[in-house]
Amino acid sequence: MDAENQTTIMRIADEYGAENVLVFLGAGDVEGVEISAETLVVGDPSFAGPLAGVQLGLQVYHILEPSLKQYIPGDLYEEKLGIFELVIDGQQIEQSLSKLREQANN
Amino acid sequence: MSTNPVVKAFAYLLVHTPDFVRYGSKPHRETGIDPDLHRQIASHLRSFEEAVAYPPNQVFLGNLHPEDLAAIPEPWWKHPVKQAKANGAYGDFVDQEAFYGFLKAADLFDLVYLTPKFTQIVSNRLKQHHLSIPQDLEKLGTGKELDKIEHAIEEQASLPLYHMGELVGSFQRHHEEDASLQAHVLMENLMTKASGAIAVRSLLRRAGYTPDDADYLISCSEEAVGDRYNRGGGNMAKAVGEMCQMRFATGSDTKAFCAGPIYALVHGASLVKAGVFENLVVLGGGCLSKLGMKLSGHLKHDMPILEDVLGGIAFLITPDDGQSPVIRLDSVGKHNIGDGSNQQDIMKSLVVNPLERVGLALSKVDKISTELHNPEITVPQGSGNVPLNNYKLMAALAVMRGEISRDDISRFIEERGMPGFSPTQGHIPAAVPYLGHAAEAMEQGKLNTALFVAKGSLFLGRMSQLSDGMSFLLERNPGLSYEKKA
Repeated sequence: MDAENQTTIMRIADEYGAENVLVFLGAGDVEGVEISAETLVVGDPSFAGPLAGVQLGLQVYHILEPSLKQYIPGDLYEEKLGIFELVIDGQQIEQSLSKLREQANN
Repeated sequence: MSTNPVVKAFAYLLVHTPDFVRYGSKPHRETGIDPDLHRQIASHLRSFEEAVAYPPNQVFLGNLHPEDLAAIPEPWWKHPVKQAKANGAYGDFVDQEAFYGFLKAADLFDLVYLTPKFTQIVSNRLKQHHLSIPQDLEKLGTGKELDKIEHAIEEQASLPLYHMGELVGSFQRHHEEDASLQAHVLMENLMTKASGAIAVRSLLRRAGYTPDDADYLISCSEEAVGDRYNRGGGNMAKAVGEMCQMRFATGSDTKAFCAGPIYALVHGASLVKAGVFENLVVLGGGCLSKLGMKLSGHLKHDMPILEDVLGGIAFLITPDDGQSPVIRLDSVGKHNIGDGSNQQDIMKSLVVNPLERVGLALSKVDKISTELHNPEITVPQGSGNVPLNNYKLMAALAVMRGEISRDDISRFIEERGMPGFSPTQGHIPAAVPYLGHAAEAMEQGKLNTALFVAKGSLFLGRMSQLSDGMSFLLERNPGLSYEKKA
């Protein structure tokens, strides 16, 4: 996750309180999603951005996690996300992020 | 015979610049905060031989093809190409020592100081280099004494220049208060000029042209030449043409972020088709600021810093010669201001619409070239596999249009796509690294159509949130005998 996005999310968490912020990721590759999620939960693993050593402990989801689909209007989902659902493995991402969310809660 | 212009010749260039990684935008900022980073960078730099043998670089220079790269196990940096050559089928790999000579030869304002001893070394290198000209040697001079160089660094905000870690010179600013003429900005611009000029000289040689034969240049490089009153004012193209002694040409720049080369090729081909110019060069020099851009990912994984090279591209566009690949100007795809900005809309504008216009289904075009960023550079930093993600979207679009089934997605990507092999130099990966491969395959009758698609990120400049991109179809010249077809 680049430094600019880290700065933005840090500012939002600061303004509204980390417990009131949910983050939805959209990247297509599992590894990239994991790195971004890790950055927002336990801090920047590359120690390059403003979240280096900062544990925001945010709740992080991916927009294509199958269990979230029910909350998005069907036509909007089809228009904006339908194409990605064909090629991004939402299920694998959900498994990976669920583990991270469990760790963050413990 | 087609009435569309052709890409008559092409040239690619790589320049190994390990001692300039420190001046890439990211390392330059980071080392300002943490000086210890210099040590870590130094211990992760590659030798010239290692950079030459790196499989993606061999593909960029045409000694291997994209399909060969797909067969080499990853990580590619652990699988060097045996007996790799710096002289590529499509262009050259210039080492840093020789490049210092070209850099000084590009310098018309005494911006670069090199020590007398190092000047002698680079002079000897340039004398033997097939892309240098006698005028380069005249510009080298005899060098500046080390004490003068040290004084410039300590007192005049000059930046030290290193070779193999040793101080060999300095780079001067040209105005005390003008942010556009500080040493770091001028260094960025001069490196673009020098590398762009080497690429164009290589192009002229490959085309069998003299410098007098070309009449216009378009630069699509990523830099901003100008002073405080006209930052980005430009005309890198003309500066490059001057360094190539192109007396009868003029030029201008076309900027469109990472999609610049596609815009420049479309503009250039249109000018040729209109009869305004006959022998038009599109060029892109290297981009200093991108060196070491993803270095934190590389250091974290204890792998070499792979962003240690500048890239260069050059293409010659002429009226139809009955042989060279044709730029189908009736196929140009564009992303309109009123088009949506989600990926599906962008792909429709750039991929589906242009192909439909020329009667081709997405699943019928032979090859599709997109931004060919080398994934080995981007993935460790968490930036994803750019070309693969684009191919997945195109395949998904083909599924949604009922052209292929969901089970065919992998095959679509394998057959029409390719692995990324370009250095992450912004504009350089913009689909065109495949143009040389496509031209060769078309000449050999192995390929009929290839779509070139590039997108740009306008938000980076903070003036627009719009998406951007352009595309065109390259086609085997109908004038070529079909008996040659394999």
